[in-house]
Amino acid sequence: MNGIRFRLNGKDTCYEGSAADRLLDVLRDEYDMKSVKCGCKEGECGACAVLIDGVLINSCCVAMGAVDSHEILTVEGYRETARFEALSKAFADLSAVQCGFCIPGMILAAEALLSKNAHPTEQEVRTALSGNICRCTGYNAIVNAVMNAAKEGDGLW
Amino acid sequence: MKEICRSVKKKDHDPKIEGRSVYVDDYNLSANGSKILCGRLLHSIYAKAKVLSVTVPELPEGYFWVDRNDVPGDNNVNIVLDDTPVFCRDTVEYIGESIGMIAGPDEKVVEELLKKVEVEYEELEPMLDLRNGKETFFDYHFGHGDVEKAFAEADKVYEEEFITGYQDQTYLEPQGMMAEPEEDGRMFVHGSLQCPYYVHGAVARALGTGPEGVHILQDVTGGGFGGKEDYPSILGCQVAVAAKKSGQPVRCVYHRREDLEFTPKRHPSLCKYKLAVKDGRVTAVDADIRFDAGAYSTLSAVVLQRGIIAAPGIYNIPNVNVTGKAVKTNTAPCGAYRGFGAPQTFFAIEMMMDHIAQDMGVDSIEFKQKHFVKQGDMTSTQGRYHFPVPIPAMLDEVDELCDLKRKHIEYSKPQSGRYRRGIGFSSIFHGAGFTGSGERDIIKATAKLRKYADGTVEVLASNGDIGQGVRTTFPKIVAHELNIPLEKVYYSHPDTARVPDSGPTVASRSLMTVGELLRRAAIKLRDIWEDGKEQEVEERYKQPDFMIPFYLDRFEGDAYPTYAWAVSAVEVEIDTYTGVVEILGAYGNFDVGTPVDYNIVVGQMEGGFLQGLGYASIEKMNYDAKGRIRNNSFTDYLVPTSMDVPNLVAKMHVEEYPGGPYGAKGAGELPLVAPPAAYLEAVEMALGGMKKHRLNAIPFSTEDVILELNKEVL
Repeated sequence: MNGIRFRLNGKDTCYEGSAADRLLDVLRDEYDMKSVKCGCKEGECGACAVLIDGVLINSCCVAMGAVDSHEILTVEGYRETARFEALSKAFADLSAVQCGFCIPGMILAAEALLSKNAHPTEQEVRTALSGNICRCTGYNAIVNAVMNAAKEGDGLW
Repeated sequence: MKEICRSVKKKDHDPKIEGRSVYVDDYNLSANGSKILCGRLLHSIYAKAKVLSVTVPELPEGYFWVDRNDVPGDNNVNIVLDDTPVFCRDTVEYIGESIGMIAGPDEKVVEELLKKVEVEYEELEPMLDLRNGKETFFDYHFGHGDVEKAFAEADKVYEEEFITGYQDQTYLEPQGMMAEPEEDGRMFVHGSLQCPYYVHGAVARALGTGPEGVHILQDVTGGGFGGKEDYPSILGCQVAVAAKKSGQPVRCVYHRREDLEFTPKRHPSLCKYKLAVKDGRVTAVDADIRFDAGAYSTLSAVVLQRGIIAAPGIYNIPNVNVTGKAVKTNTAPCGAYRGFGAPQTFFAIEMMMDHIAQDMGVDSIEFKQKHFVKQGDMTSTQGRYHFPVPIPAMLDEVDELCDLKRKHIEYSKPQSGRYRRGIGFSSIFHGAGFTGSGERDIIKATAKLRKYADGTVEVLASNGDIGQGVRTTFPKIVAHELNIPLEKVYYSHPDTARVPDSGPTVASRSLMTVGELLRRAAIKLRDIWEDGKEQEVEERYKQPDFMIPFYLDRFEGDAYPTYAWAVSAVEVEIDTYTGVVEILGAYGNFDVGTPVDYNIVVGQMEGGFLQGLGYASIEKMNYDAKGRIRNNSFTDYLVPTSMDVPNLVAKMHVEEYPGGPYGAKGAGELPLVAPPAAYLEAVEMALGGMKKHRLNAIPFSTEDVILELNKEVL
């Protein structure tokens, strides 16, 4: 029973590999969580962000040893929720998804914000998304989509 | 607004937001179920050197070394010319040039093996000087009128130099390509790319197979902005050669640092301008433009052409003389980036016009306005502006948005105190589609529609969705013309085995040019439509009759059928204690003709606008005395975040183009071009104007503000 035990998208999981392995690589290669994207592998772009116990963290900067007994959520798990539906609809209404590469990280950044602050101001949304680089949109559509999701999805968060 | 403008849910929305879209790095196995080898490149560490020997360590079973000796066909990548090698020749010409590749099952092992490859170099003196570089890939000259006479008769002659730096496309998904040998002997190459047929031609040549021996698929692509126009041809050849040698699928995905340091960027430029003024009007422009091409010519010919054609800006100047040079330096080859040469020259002419107005003591908005081109006027290449030029109306609309004209005068007055404000203004065109007669003579686009027995219709074209939305807008056009639900029409990522060559995904041409072919094809299909039957229609590009033929050897004629137009205003506040420039508001007014999907087009405008502001301010990249680019991570190369420009406004102004579908013109590149000059003019104004601080270089960062302010103290 030497493995690293954690919950991944609600399922008890035991990782038998090295504690020094990178969470990003393990999620993609071992558990096929391909929504988790690699944009820089040095904690700067947010494309690989996941939620660990509800906190937004770049998975490229996390060693597997650090996730022991924690709860990890990726878009593979989150996409089954009503909150995701509300965000997805809001993003669709504003065509806020262009190339799509930053989007799973953006969605989780939005969840991290809304779960703590269900009615954020625009400034709070911009702050919450500031660790996630999007090169396509100029951010307006994404920020407005998160604001709209908060409004339309009232009660979900 | 027309029905076609109404926004729809993007066809790739669900798979992308759900994380189900498969980008090239997301394949676990190849199409036939084999394991994929990881390929990593050995890059040159010198900017110029002879490669005397390469000693490869003994490789474990299943690992392969690949270099130019393994290229079965031609070791030259087919781009515009063919001077770029697949793997280096006897010399390396820039830091990062590919010497060879190791491919094998385990990435960590591949990385370890790469470190053990010994390269014996004889270091040579690199050329790293854009100003004095003698070797040019391209040297163009054109003009009209009598420039000498105009200068001789001028009341005053103005001369100034302008410098622009690198800009990296910084698509969020790094470059990545994969090659799979197929059972029938063909090579299947796919990945993150903009132009499947460019890659097709290049790989067929490198493998020596002829066009039928390969096929190329565009995978879901995480952004391009021009950066995936030429480079995938090079990387595609490299993985194809590795797959050929190993007989197995090989994938190479770049790390971010490799991508920032070694792949194409916007050309740095040095523009020397000389303008003659007589009776308050500019009578002549003499522009000497140098672009830093890097070590190989790649796309520099066409980037430079677009740049120099825009040299006089949107101004009616009767006497024009322009020279343009693409200078070879021993640095990573520069390539395509949204705007394609035009941002550099528009920055220069816009700043120049502003500086002349300041010298004359007149407001630069009024001064520029006096010179705006109008419908029917001659272009810089003696073509015509065939359609209305909406710039004056667009300027008024921007004025309404942000009180531009009043602030422009007010902020020009002397300011004191810690915080000082400025507002800048710039207006530009973007020539829609390919430069010159490339569309007619080189591309010869063909697009098809295939209707299946069940009534669904597939779009067959080679333009890749790189985020700009053609998987949605192409079907929208077809569904509209056929009067069937949008769900019945679809457009998959193109595979050259099944789609005709409708040209590359470049030059803001996809929607305007290929979209129009699809509209006409849909009308054809509508006319012959028979329920329950499989049917196919085809449409080919025809050059519009009104165009004045363009001759590249003389730079004469219509370089573009029509133009998209943009007006930008940027308002800033400078903290003179810290040097921080806060953008209070960025206002853009864009005419791309009819927006074929309002949200998609506004998304393009906002995204390009912010890239333009980044280019002007924080996106700094340069090489050192050894030719090494130091800004190779997101820590050292900053791109804007959601916090940087919260008040960014994009407004649409519609001047329909009869040659585009429903009046649409080229869109994607337009929004990046005007912001840099607007930004720098605003900063200069806040610092007290040209007479205190003459600014003529971008990017202009916080550090640069501090340096300027220090001049006041010393």
